[in-house]
Amino acid sequence: MLRVEGLQKSYPTPQGRIPVLRGVDFTLATGASLALTGESGSGKSTLLHLVGALDDADSGEIVLDGVTLTRLSENARAAMRREKIGVVFQQFNLIPSLTVCENLGFQARLAGRYDPSWQEELTARLGLATLAARYPEELSGGQQQRVAIGRAFAVRPRLLLADEPTGNLDEATGDAVMALALDLVTATGCAFLMATHSERLAGRLQRRVRLEAGLLAAQ
Amino acid sequence: MRETLWTLAALISHWRRRPGNLATLVLGLAIATALWSGVQALNAQARNSYDAAATAISGGGARTLVAARGGLFDQELFVRLRRAGVTVSPVLEGAVRIGEKNIRIIGVEPVSLPRRSPIAHMRSRADVLEEFFTGPGRSFAAPQTLRRLDLSEGAQPQTERGQQLPPLAALAEAPPGAIIVDIGVAQRLLDRPGKLSRLVITDEETFDESRLKRTAGDALRLVAPDDDSDLARLTDSFHLNLTAFGFLAFLVGLFIVHAAYGLAFEQRLATLRTLRALGVAAPNLIAAMAFEIGVLTLLAGGAGVLGGHAIAQALLPDVAKSLESLYGAQISDRLALDARWWLSGLAMAGAGAALAAASGMTKALRLPALSFARPMAWRGAHHRYLRRQAALAALALVAAAGAYGFGEGLASGFAIIGLALLAAALILPVGLAGALALGERFARRPLARWFFADGRQEISGLSLALMALLVALATNIGVGGMVEGFRQTFDRWLDARLVAEIYFEAATPADARDIEAWARTQPEIAAILPVWRAKTRIGGWPVDVVGMTPHETYTAHFPLIDAAPDAWTALHAQDAILVSEQLARRLGLAIGATLDIPTSGQDLRARIVGVFPDYGNPKGQLRIDHEKLKRYFDNASGVHYSLRVDPGATARVIENMQQRFGGKIARIVDQAEVKALSTDIFERTFAVTTALNTLTLIVSGVALFASLLTLSDMRRARIAPVWAFGATRRKLAALEMARVVAFAAGAAAFAIPLGLFMTWCLVAIVNVAAFGWRLPFHMFPAQWLAVFLIALGAAFFATLVPVVRLARAAPTDLLRVFSNER
Repeated sequence: MLRVEGLQKSYPTPQGRIPVLRGVDFTLATGASLALTGESGSGKSTLLHLVGALDDADSGEIVLDGVTLTRLSENARAAMRREKIGVVFQQFNLIPSLTVCENLGFQARLAGRYDPSWQEELTARLGLATLAARYPEELSGGQQQRVAIGRAFAVRPRLLLADEPTGNLDEATGDAVMALALDLVTATGCAFLMATHSERLAGRLQRRVRLEAGLLAAQ
Repeated sequence: MRETLWTLAALISHWRRRPGNLATLVLGLAIATALWSGVQALNAQARNSYDAAATAISGGGARTLVAARGGLFDQELFVRLRRAGVTVSPVLEGAVRIGEKNIRIIGVEPVSLPRRSPIAHMRSRADVLEEFFTGPGRSFAAPQTLRRLDLSEGAQPQTERGQQLPPLAALAEAPPGAIIVDIGVAQRLLDRPGKLSRLVITDEETFDESRLKRTAGDALRLVAPDDDSDLARLTDSFHLNLTAFGFLAFLVGLFIVHAAYGLAFEQRLATLRTLRALGVAAPNLIAAMAFEIGVLTLLAGGAGVLGGHAIAQALLPDVAKSLESLYGAQISDRLALDARWWLSGLAMAGAGAALAAASGMTKALRLPALSFARPMAWRGAHHRYLRRQAALAALALVAAAGAYGFGEGLASGFAIIGLALLAAALILPVGLAGALALGERFARRPLARWFFADGRQEISGLSLALMALLVALATNIGVGGMVEGFRQTFDRWLDARLVAEIYFEAATPADARDIEAWARTQPEIAAILPVWRAKTRIGGWPVDVVGMTPHETYTAHFPLIDAAPDAWTALHAQDAILVSEQLARRLGLAIGATLDIPTSGQDLRARIVGVFPDYGNPKGQLRIDHEKLKRYFDNASGVHYSLRVDPGATARVIENMQQRFGGKIARIVDQAEVKALSTDIFERTFAVTTALNTLTLIVSGVALFASLLTLSDMRRARIAPVWAFGATRRKLAALEMARVVAFAAGAAAFAIPLGLFMTWCLVAIVNVAAFGWRLPFHMFPAQWLAVFLIALGAAFFATLVPVVRLARAAPTDLLRVFSNER
């Protein structure tokens, strides 16, 4: 379902280009989950952004559902993000001027895949029914992250990406949020790639790999 | 499409949560549009009226015949011409008073009117024609004239002299401020039996000038049709001034729009990035933003155009009065604007909104889907921004210097003012940032250091509003200084120029001779000073030639800007003249230069021995010895006189003259009335400028208020940590207010030299180019103080709401800043 081959990425600095990814290869099948660990600055987020079609790679190939992301135009990459990829960010990234209900259905509506019954089910599963009319600023961090997860699943993504999804939450809340996310991964059968610095959290996924010096090392 | 619509829904939801910001944006755009379209409405109204007046009788482009010596001529001359086959139509014009209003009476003969005349279609209506000639007859007036007189169709008002008009009927084609009647009725109403003002040539193709000469001799002279367009030429400067002020007000309004949209963009930056991350393509994001701006333009632009209509309606009476007094132009006092005006107002709103939103949309187009949640990213580049501002200001100053070097025309004058204002506005944030950096360097206590450091960060958010305030304050000082200087100069000039106690105009030269003969026998009348006039054109410009007799009235009082030592002696003894400042400047004449003046015969070559100020006169004027005027200009109108009388006897002399001569005196006024009339013209002329000036200041106050309101949420995020460290809300609120008031004080202090420079540009460049006169440069410190206090007051009131909200903010509101931190 997801195949990454020879992926390289570097960033320009006043001292020259700094390589972050030096040739990353991995695959992820439908329904499988993979945790990506590593030190801060090891390139976990960069890898997630490339796989999520949010950024351009220097070289290498990313193939999602038979489509080579690295060869797509900017607009086609936007369409892939919209229709096939769900992303959960550490900072939640909800739209502050939309209610919980509106935020939940937003990406699905963008993609033309809005399904009221699925949204209702998601709302119930994530425990957001009583919060539907509230705005993000009126929610706790854990509640906001649940809305972000719901938004990502509302589109029924083929691939779910999560970048430190519990980084802003306390341990108990983080665990609860993670449990909900894994439930939904199982229910929808999507592939799941998560970047985290928490070994404990990584242990809850089927596989885990460590990113060191721009290369993956199996664990 | 679906993607764009949902993106639009997300963008619009921002306004739902922040209706105050939306109101600011709409208000800014509406005010900017209103001020611009209001001024354009006034200009359009005036130009429509000029066209209507110029073409109502002749249909435009027709030559006319007038009495060679000025005044009226006998109807019998017309009859002879018609019999000789000269194709002309008679017109008699004059003014009557109906109630409190002056109304122009135009007597015509519909049967012989030119076919192209808009009112000639009366001929095609047999019933109207019959009524026009028979029974009580008919009077025709434009609907707005009927409204102005508060009369309805069928009414038969009486003139001041008790003459009754035929029943009134509405005629859309009639020129504003005029009533059209049959020529016979006009002769009765104006008490000019058997007299005509002019003859319109109805068919140029069959018109034979030699036949005219054979029949009428030298009694009539031809007037080219472009004389009519003098009105448009003469009023051009007036309208250009209005347009310039309208545009300035529009720009100040745009500051609000730019500030409001810029801040909204910053607030929505996180949303825009999220939208991109969720799969919205950049072109769709731009399309949604453009659609949003389009809707705002329709809303605010529509409201603005309606507001412009209201502003124009409110200012129209003053504009109409001043155009009538200065140029004799009759302007309809009821706005009648076509679709083009409405559409151009909306287009201007759209252009303004697009301009204000352009930078945000460009940024959105380049916005990467990464770099999430960095709403303060703009400010990271604050130093680069300040350097760029300084560089652009330097460029604007160089361009202003270039414009000055390029010439001293009207366009150059406005360009210098515009570029200087732009340079000052651009440099203002740099100056304020520098002052705050200096304050920070010397501050010792932590809160004081925070005050200065935080102020530097706040400048970028407030800079546009502060720029708008600076421009408005400088304009107030600049225009206020010019108007006040003009007022003082004008008062002194009127006192010197209007020395005679009585001024009168006889109906005809023969009437004038009768009155003059009588006046010589009156012991109360110390001197009779003929002020005869002739018209000529020099350098294509209309010039009045006015005669002067040797008298102490002139030698002791008549104001001269520059004069040869023997000016008065030479004026009467040699071929010498005095020229008005306007004429001297236009033709580049100085004392000692000679000027060839077209006369009735050969050109008169005269030496210039003096230059006199002639404020308020759109035409050129030259003064010549009375005897020479009579000799060189056989068409001089011998009807204008001024009388020196014992001041205590003025009223009695006027009454005697009116009783004795009645209709032989076209107009008689005393000195006080002329002065009052002149001062009234002055006040009305500048009433519009003052109103626009005040509106601009109000707009800048709204800009400041809007920016502060928009920024207040962001401010809370910056204030909350300081509050958490132990500063009280009350103290922080006081510091907030002090900071904004200090910014305004900085802007006001900067506005004073800028305003003085603007005054100099207005008196030394713009007025000279627009009107032909240069005023002395005056300074009015009391006015500066007033403007300074206004700036502080505006800042105080603008900051009041956000500061009170901060002072009353519940601790939970401030704590939310921390829980929402991303």
